[in-house]
Amino acid sequence: MPPVTIEWYVALSVILFLIGSMGVLLRRNAIILFMSIEMMLNSANLLFVAFARYLGDLDGQVLVFFVITVAAAEVAVGLALIVAIFRTKHSINIDEINLMKG
Amino acid sequence: MTFLTFLTSLTSEQVVFILASILTIGAALVVVTNRNLFHAALALMASFLGVAGIYITLDAGFLAAAQLLVYIGAISILIIFAIMVTRRMMQVSESPFNSQRGLGFFVAVAGFLIVAVVILQWFGGEAFAAKPPVAPAVLSNAVAALGVSFVNPNAFALPFIVISILLLAALIGAIYIAWPRQRIDPAEDEA
Repeated sequence: MPPVTIEWYVALSVILFLIGSMGVLLRRNAIILFMSIEMMLNSANLLFVAFARYLGDLDGQVLVFFVITVAAAEVAVGLALIVAIFRTKHSINIDEINLMKG
Repeated sequence: MTFLTFLTSLTSEQVVFILASILTIGAALVVVTNRNLFHAALALMASFLGVAGIYITLDAGFLAAAQLLVYIGAISILIIFAIMVTRRMMQVSESPFNSQRGLGFFVAVAGFLIVAVVILQWFGGEAFAAKPPVAPAVLSNAVAALGVSFVNPNAFALPFIVISILLLAALIGAIYIAWPRQRIDPAEDEA
């Protein structure tokens, strides 16, 4: 068994990103979409931390804090939008949210 | 017998990494495939927990704690509240996938293949061959160094202020969007 190299972390991050993008592109429920976006942000964070560790530099960890903050802001606004849409359309099925379709 | 010798040959770092990876990816798959929205939210928390374990193998203990507090403690709970508010649309009989599932699957796999090809070409770099021992000053004082870099004008003081204003504005905007407004109710306008 080879030692844990950065390739392991990159592979894990890419797989997690793939699963997250599948969730965004395939699922019907808007809340699942937000969960998948959080997973994709997590995979990016994973890569930041892994490279910070292997380069011996803390700047990657600082950037992870910024990403966490943006994720919190994004999920707050997104869930507020979902609640507002649910109140008017009584559905959060993204196939039915086509008000802005040209 | 060979499996046993394989298991005993693993280092503790490899064991933790493999277990945390299995938890992360397995829970992520449950999130994407499960029909029950609430179970998906619980699996999302498990996935975040696995990522926190990965952070610990990377000597980022403070980030692991922040992951537990912010993602599992705050964001997951917020998502569960949103699920409770919008609970009525959870019909199990319908397909959980949207109308563009074929195209979406193709785009996701194509994007994955592009990223995988790029990374496979990059692999083979000698700089990351083995995990370097981080200098003890960087590692043992990680929390102090992070705090200093957030207030140091030559480091991340300005982005820190900008991000806090962004978070404040986003939270105020979220409250404004979700605030119930009786004035735009069409039934009341007609009355």
